[in-house]
Amino acid sequence: MSLRTGRTARAGQYAALLCYLVFLAFPFLWLISTAFKPARELGSLHPTWIPEDPTLGNFRQAFDEQPLLRAAANSLTAALCAALIAVVIATPMAYVMARHRGRLSTAATGWVVVSQAFPFVLVIIPLFLVLKYLHLINSLWGLVLVYVVWSLPFALWMLAGYVRAVPPELEEAAAVDGAGKARILVSVTAPLLAPGIVATALFAFITAWNEFFFALVLLKTPEKQTLPVVLTHFLGAEGVADLGPLAAAAFLATLPSLVLFAVIQKRITGGLTAGAVKH
Amino acid sequence: MRRLPLLAAAVTTAFALLLTGCSGEGDRGTDGVIRLSFQSLAWQKESVDANRQLVREWNATHPGIQVDYVQGSWDNVHDQLLTSFEGGEAPDIIHDASDDLADFAYGGYLADLRTLLPGRLTRDIPQQSWATTTFDDGVYGVPFLQEPKVLIANTKILESSGVRIPTPEKPWSWPEFRQVTEKLTKKGTYGVAWPLKEPVSVTLNLGLSAGGQLFHRGADGKVTIRFDEGDRVMPGAVRDQVNSDRSAARSALGMGGSDTLPGFFGGKYAMVPLGFSYRQQVVEQAPEGFEWTVLPTPAGSGGLAQGVSPQTLSVAEESPHKKEAVQFIDFLLRPANMVRLARGDWMLPTGTEALADPALHTRENGWATGTALARALRPAPAQSVRGYPEWKDKVATPALQEYYSGAIGTDELKKRLVDDGNRVLARYQR
Repeated sequence: MSLRTGRTARAGQYAALLCYLVFLAFPFLWLISTAFKPARELGSLHPTWIPEDPTLGNFRQAFDEQPLLRAAANSLTAALCAALIAVVIATPMAYVMARHRGRLSTAATGWVVVSQAFPFVLVIIPLFLVLKYLHLINSLWGLVLVYVVWSLPFALWMLAGYVRAVPPELEEAAAVDGAGKARILVSVTAPLLAPGIVATALFAFITAWNEFFFALVLLKTPEKQTLPVVLTHFLGAEGVADLGPLAAAAFLATLPSLVLFAVIQKRITGGLTAGAVKH
Repeated sequence: MRRLPLLAAAVTTAFALLLTGCSGEGDRGTDGVIRLSFQSLAWQKESVDANRQLVREWNATHPGIQVDYVQGSWDNVHDQLLTSFEGGEAPDIIHDASDDLADFAYGGYLADLRTLLPGRLTRDIPQQSWATTTFDDGVYGVPFLQEPKVLIANTKILESSGVRIPTPEKPWSWPEFRQVTEKLTKKGTYGVAWPLKEPVSVTLNLGLSAGGQLFHRGADGKVTIRFDEGDRVMPGAVRDQVNSDRSAARSALGMGGSDTLPGFFGGKYAMVPLGFSYRQQVVEQAPEGFEWTVLPTPAGSGGLAQGVSPQTLSVAEESPHKKEAVQFIDFLLRPANMVRLARGDWMLPTGTEALADPALHTRENGWATGTALARALRPAPAQSVRGYPEWKDKVATPALQEYYSGAIGTDELKKRLVDDGNRVLARYQR
């Protein structure tokens, strides 16, 4: 009886999981379907999942009309730099916040929480003025600086959690064996923290890769615009859109994030499990 | 605690202002060439091509005044411009829409063009179009493209029903329109689909045809809202079509314009009221052999009048080269060029000379019907009324959505639009 109940519960869990997966995947699958449909199929009253007359025309049109490759290169530069810098700054800070509890650490945590309360619109004008003073308007470096500052609080908070998950006993054991502080950090803590660092970098990368408003406001010349800004060039007033090319370009824009997740996801989980076993 | 972010923002702004100080250097290079930046919101390929080509032509013939084309985006344009204005980095020539200009005009960000505009351009564009960019007697933009609402109809359904086909000279009245949509409604087909996801502007703009005005400016300059007989006609007709006649699709009420096209192509809706530029989507997406036609929207005591918010070209107040910027606008809006821009965007030009161009009087794709409506276009009501955006979002949108769906009646609609609405406006007019 209990075995049957267990099986039913398990089947229910899988059904719920399947529903959730469909819910999550639906917009992306629809995006792919739309990207390969000719204009006439987009206006069909009974749309199909599989395009009846699949075409690459939307991709060709998207590349013809907008500088997608250049915009992708700009996005990649900004996102990679922002992720790298954010992680380099956040890792030691997070270690201190997690390991050395004191007033400074509490204040830093408070700052992290408060900083999350600032909406874009509130900070954009002061930020614009500061960047103008620094001659960083219309510069990818200015955008990188903004992305680093913007993602840093959450990256710190996230990494501090990972540091706390590393048992201090491991560091103490290494110290008993005669390892110095630097050696402990490099040989014991850093390898255990690697999944957390990767996850944080991924978070910073995706935040920067998808970000639209700062890029729209801070970058002026077409040569420097990033992918999300260029994607809006397929949108007109009052929500009218050139749907086919927009879907094609948006599909390509989501690929890097997906590939990154696919490659890194296993390592993140694997690394975390490895840490747990040692504990 | 809740004040902390605001306080921090204020301090940062003050600090940043201190750091930046005043900077107002003109963009005149060492070679003496004046460089102007022109932010365009053109987005359709033909329109972008037309704009870029015109900039190239200007640059080729004006070596002393070079224009840089900057591609803007309709998405978030207001916030983007506001930040650029505040940061002193606004483009010299700004493409926008008249219903977005009020804040910028009153805020002193845009140049008053009255003394700068050439007589040719001033005379070419009718007064009712200039009224859309006039705020407190100043003119803060040149209205150049506009689009009326039209009825895009399935020709086969329309002709087989035997109803009278309306023309701009003899349009349907609102009661006749109701009769027609009832006649067109058959099993599986609604006479009309009203895409009213954003119901306020459609209601106000088409309401003019029945003499509706809603916003009334008093002798003291203050605006109040009234809901008179004329204001009831258009919303009443739509509500009856949805709820009493069942000749308008209820499901379309929450749709945007593009969302109705699949149903229109599939024969589910015989007619859809859409902006004139939607014809491009119809041309691109309609199935092979689908026949469609463009009809004028119904008329009332106000004739074919309807409100529009034209696309505009403005000059930033901080631009050191306002005169040259207006020269470029004048070039861009020469009749022949205005026609190119209008065709690129599938819209109507505001200029009378451009409107007379034979290319805009062809029956193909309904150009002639749209052009015939141009004289009846008026400034969208309330676009210069301070507090209108809040009234629209907090009062009118939910009230009209409930009204059209049949959840509330005319008295309740009136109470909300007028009583709640006037309270909102009063806060802005103290």
